[in-house]
Amino acid sequence: MTAGAMLALPRRHPRLFLAVAAAAWVLAYLALLPVAAWLAALLPLGDAGHLREAVRFFLYDTPKVLLLLAGVVFVMGMVNSYFTPERTRALLAARAGGFGNVLAALLGVVTPFCSCSAVPLFLGFVQAGVPLGITFSFLISAPMVNEVALALLLGLFGWKIAMLYLGLGLAVAIVSGWVIGRLKMEGWLEDWVRDMPRTQATVGSDATTLAERVQAGFAAVREIVGRVWPYVVAGIAIGAAIHGYVPEDFMASLMGREAWWSVPVAVLVGVPMYANAAGIIPVVEALLAKGAALGTVLAFMMSVIALSLPEMIILRRVLKLRLIAVFAGVVATGILLVGYVFNAVL
Amino acid sequence: MREVKVLGTGCANCRTTAALVEEVARQQGIAITLEKVEALPEIARYGVMATPGVVVDGKVVHAGGVPRREKIAEWLAADAAAKPAGSCGFKCSCS
Repeated sequence: MTAGAMLALPRRHPRLFLAVAAAAWVLAYLALLPVAAWLAALLPLGDAGHLREAVRFFLYDTPKVLLLLAGVVFVMGMVNSYFTPERTRALLAARAGGFGNVLAALLGVVTPFCSCSAVPLFLGFVQAGVPLGITFSFLISAPMVNEVALALLLGLFGWKIAMLYLGLGLAVAIVSGWVIGRLKMEGWLEDWVRDMPRTQATVGSDATTLAERVQAGFAAVREIVGRVWPYVVAGIAIGAAIHGYVPEDFMASLMGREAWWSVPVAVLVGVPMYANAAGIIPVVEALLAKGAALGTVLAFMMSVIALSLPEMIILRRVLKLRLIAVFAGVVATGILLVGYVFNAVL
Repeated sequence: MREVKVLGTGCANCRTTAALVEEVARQQGIAITLEKVEALPEIARYGVMATPGVVVDGKVVHAGGVPRREKIAEWLAADAAAKPAGSCGFKCSCS
């Protein structure tokens, strides 16, 4: 096959391309551990010691996480092309609470979302008559359960914790949205938002081909992986240093199960941190290995990812302060509960 | 003269998009007026739910993410308005 034919493959034969790409991805993933071990053995680091431990961790985890990230982001990029914001809005318009909240949280996972678009999206939902609580379920789930966080959790913590995070993130989004809906806070939208003309939620015909979805997958990898990889590498480097140098059980007193105050502190510290979820997860994984409690760690991650100060400042343009305070309070309470329940159960 | 508006609340992608539109127009020798719309009520009026959005001669042609160079050239080309608005990811093999 010539180079030209190779390049045309995703466009001409998208199915064949997906099969070839999936096989290549699996082979690369399987080859990782032997190659990392071989590389670590080549380096003159001595037999034992902290440095060797740290370097081995870094050499193995960096390509593993980046490979997983590229894979997950590619698949999500393709999935996203099925769920345009317009289609999601039409599905959610005039839903009742309860089931509507569940649907909104699930759609939040698969609809493309960028936090800088949160406000236009919010306005679009309000205009089409999507109830406030259901809109919030979507707005909480979309950033919290995102592909970058899931890929990193999968790579560093394993699938069980990744699924746990997914389930709990959805639960927090569903319950928080439902509570906000029950509080009937429509009056706390900014006046001009409340007075916006209503629109009918309509969906144009979707003629997207599989080849175009593959292109969308590539575009997502270029954009997202291109943006977050330095954070991932830096995060893993710090995590590797912690693995190699910080003594076992060092975190137990600070973030351990006995320290009851560690959950609220973790949530508070997490709020101003933003956009560095990619760099924080590897560090947090290392802390867990050094005796931090899982519930505290989960609460910290959720708070970093779901509650961000910049997002609240942007939302202030469409919501009155009271509604923002309720939103932050309800979500923070949900995250706190998750932290405490986990520390108590596990 | 084409009237181009870039809708967005001042995020990095919006600035990149505006700069890209300007650059493509200059390269193609197409005269445009470029306006950055940052006011939320006006953005909402266009019904755009993801930013940056691009409006050419009053018609929304794009929403969400930095558009590709080829797409911008296509919008700015004289017959662009006559083509049906599709969401072809790349050089429209579907047209």
